[in-house]
Formats: sequence, structure tokens, C-alpha cells
Amino acid sequence: MPLYRNINKKKQSPESAEREEANANRLSYGLLGITVFLILWMICGYIVFSGPGLEQFSGFLPLPTLKALIVLVQEQGFWFSVWASLRRVMIGIAIAFIAGVPSGLLIGFYSRLSMITYTPIQFVRMISPLSWMPIALLVFSSFETAIWFLISISTVWPVIINTSLGVRRVDIHWINMARNQGARDDQLLLKIIVPSSLPYIVTSLRLALGVAWIVLVPAEFLGISSGLGYLINDARDTMSYDRLMAIVIAIGIIGFILDGSIELLQKKFRSTGY
Amino acid sequence: MKIRIRNISKSFHFRGKKKFTVLKDITFSIGQGEFVVILGESGCGKTTFLNLLAGLLPLSSGEILVDDEKITGPHPSRAILFQQPSLLPWLNVQENIVFGCKMRGDTENIRERSDRLTEMMGLKGFEKVRPHELSLGMAQRVCLARALIGHPQILILDEPFSALDTFTRNYLQQMLIRFWQAEKFTVVFVTHDINEAILLGNRIFLLGRRPCRLVGTFDVNLHYPRDISSRPYMLIRTNILQRFKKIFLGNQFRMDDIPGQAHPYKYGIGGFGDNK
Repeated sequence: MPLYRNINKKKQSPESAEREEANANRLSYGLLGITVFLILWMICGYIVFSGPGLEQFSGFLPLPTLKALIVLVQEQGFWFSVWASLRRVMIGIAIAFIAGVPSGLLIGFYSRLSMITYTPIQFVRMISPLSWMPIALLVFSSFETAIWFLISISTVWPVIINTSLGVRRVDIHWINMARNQGARDDQLLLKIIVPSSLPYIVTSLRLALGVAWIVLVPAEFLGISSGLGYLINDARDTMSYDRLMAIVIAIGIIGFILDGSIELLQKKFRSTGY
Repeated sequence: MKIRIRNISKSFHFRGKKKFTVLKDITFSIGQGEFVVILGESGCGKTTFLNLLAGLLPLSSGEILVDDEKITGPHPSRAILFQQPSLLPWLNVQENIVFGCKMRGDTENIRERSDRLTEMMGLKGFEKVRPHELSLGMAQRVCLARALIGHPQILILDEPFSALDTFTRNYLQQMLIRFWQAEKFTVVFVTHDINEAILLGNRIFLLGRRPCRLVGTFDVNLHYPRDISSRPYMLIRTNILQRFKKIFLGNQFRMDDIPGQAHPYKYGIGGFGDNK
């Protein structure tokens, strides 16, 4: 049916050659960015740490850091800590999702509920998650659960807000269509509203991961004996600054990978015309 | 399936503003198997009327009776096709077509019914395609299939072809006529395009300006497919345009000198609607 194929030029994907060129561009500019970052790091490092009396801090420079990083990734303890940290983040975010997605759906669906909850949510959201720390330690018996709590309390807000935003952005035509086709209220929620706000829920996952990864390290300064935050503390106490810096870099890399994988998921949604 | 529309009015309340009446005191009836076109200028309340008929909006006053039964809400026997294709992007073409049936639990030989419709709509081979990969015309055909699969008694169409190019529109108009002749359901078709109205309708209801009233009824007793350049066609067109003139332009402009020709420049900003 050649007549009807090319009406929507907008929705057509770019030519593959163009796409390849764009990819090559993205890669080369990305590499350029990393190089500039390394050079800046080196310059700053040499200015700050190469002065007299600061030799002991030379571990913060790129070269010792990279060496320490290579040693670090060969250690089993490091990977154990990575796993411990990731597990905490996953559990914390899972709790936030279990609480946040249903409340976000309800808040988005009922405008009265949204008006009621607006002020409390915005208020609690602005409290630094780390200020909950003493309270968390009082309430929860173990450090582990306290960390879960801290991650959940800091990530539940973006989940609620984004999910309710997704519900409110549902195309009114889909709702009208479904009602015309005889949908009951529960079917409207499950078959139209939930799937159509899925991209928003994925976005909230991305935001939540960013926040959780930030909160995680200071939360792990609490009295536990595993995790990336604990490793940093440990490296500081043993004055092995190259190792400390290597862990900092590793935290950055893992966070980058986590964020990137969810970005891929988002792109997948966008490419199916959501 | 006879539709009787009795003294219906619809007004909206906007925050901080007074009542805003869109439809006022409209009464007419539609017989079984008729192809009714509701013609009016953009923004005159046509879509509101359709939403009332579909049961998606509550009436302010009056009543709409379908076979002596007052309508209270949306029902799949009154299927509606919107101006923009409203396909769900997370389902493929076939899943979109059977979406309503699955939801209502009406799954008896659903496979055969959807296969038959996809074939009739010329969508064969596209069953597994997602909506974003379809052109506008194809997406609108999928919507039509979704509306027809539940065997509606009334098909309500809200300017369904106005976003399409001439060729696609022509093709879909022919297709709609074929379906209507084969299945004998009642069609209520809304458009602002006078040619489309005369090409498709049995009867044309002309709606006036806000608040929207019924200002004219025209019967079109021509065979399908209709010839846009034939004399009876032109006569009906002239009739409608003259009624239009009388209502909208008053005596300020003379359109009689060129029969059948609306003066686009005379519709200009100053004259239109200032003299009711």
C-alpha cells in the first residue's frame, strides 16, 4: 500500500548512515570529555597535593589511583562490598516502589487526594535524608534496616511525584475510547492508566537510583562492616589515599552504569511511540 | 435502533466565569440505518454533541433516547471514532482491535472476527505492527476496525478523516460507505467539510453558531458513489451554502452572484458572526 506509507515523516527513523554518524560523533565527543576530565583532575591534583608537606596525599593523583583501582578490582572483598551496597539500594528502592507507585497512582487519579497530599509531600521531600539518620538508628534495631529506611525515605518522593504525573498525563482520548468500549473503573486503571504511566515510572526509577546512590555512601558510614561507604571510611582510617580515591572512582563508574542501563530502558519506551 | 434527541442543551461552567452554553435546545431524530451528517463550522459544539450522544458527557437538560431508552453513560453499542487515532502504543494492531472485546469478555470467535476485519480494512500483514509504525490513515483504519468488531448499532464519527490527505480520505470514505451498506448500522458523522457531508450523508443537519442550534436539515437522495461535479450535487451544495449565508452573514454580503461558491475572503475576520 505505497500511498499510505509515508504520511508521517516525523515518525520515520533517520537513515542508518546518519544514525551511524551520530553514534560516532557521540562516542568521540564522549572520549574527549573523559580526556578533559582526566587532565583537569591531574592539574588540580598537582596544584593541591604536590606542595611541600603534602606528599602523603599524592595518592589522590590519577596515576596512583588507577594503579590502586586495578588492585582493587582483583580483590574479592571489594566485589563483596559492591554487592552489599547494590543489595541495599535495591531493597531500599523496592520498598519505595511498593509504597510509592500505588500511592502515586491514587494521587494522580483523585485530584482531591493530590491537593491534600501536596504540602506534606513537598515538605517532607525537602528534608535531607541524612537528617533522618539519628531517628533511623533509634527506631530500627540493626544498621542494615536503618540504611534501607534511609534509602526508601529519600527515594519514595520522586516515585510518588512522577507516577502521579504520569497518571495525570494520560491521553484523554485513551480514557474516552476505553469508556466507550465499556471499561469499568478498575479496567481503566489497570489497562490504560498503569501501562500509559509506565515510562514515568521508569523515569522515577532513574531518579530514585540517582538519589539512592548518593545517600548510600554516607548511610554506610554508620557502624556497618561492608559496602562501598564502609570501604571509603576504612581507607581513610588506614591512610591509603590511593585506595580511597580508587573507591570514589569505582562508585562513580557503577553509578554511571546503573543510570545508563535505565536510560536504555527509557529509550526503548520512547522508540515505541509512548 | 432509532435515536431521538429531545431538547438537549449543554453548558459548561468555567472557573471564575459565568455559564457557557455550547448546545441549546436541539431536537431531531435519526432512523434505523440512516447515514446522518452533522455539519457545522469549527468550534460550534459538534464534538460536544457527539460526546453527549456517546454518553461520555452528561447532559445539562433534555434527553437522548435510543430505542425509547434514555442513555446514561457510554456503551459499546454506540462506538465512537475520534478525530485523532486513539491507539494504545503498548499493544500491536491486532491487540488494539480486540482490546474492547477482551475487556468486555466478548471473546467468542474473536480471532476470526478480527482477521476478517483486518482483511477488509487492508491491514493484512500488519497485525503484529505497533501503532507508531503506522501512517495516520492506517491507524484510523485500525480504530475503525476496533469500533466495528463489537457490531455496534450506532457508529459515531468525529471528523475522522479531517487530519488525512485527500487520497487517504477518499479511500476511507469509500470504505466507510461500503461497510455501512453491508452492515446496516446507523451512522452519525460530524464534519466541517461541506463536500464530505454531501458525499456521504443521507441527511445533513446544519448546526449554527454558539450557542449551537439546529438551523437546517437537508435530504440527499443521491446514489453512491456520488459525483462531486453532478448537477444535483451542486444544487444541494448551493442550498446549504445559502442557508449558511442567511444565518451567519445576514444581509451584509451577497453570495448569490456565484452559486455554490463560498467567498473565502468574505468569511474574513470582520464579517463572520458579527451580524447574526
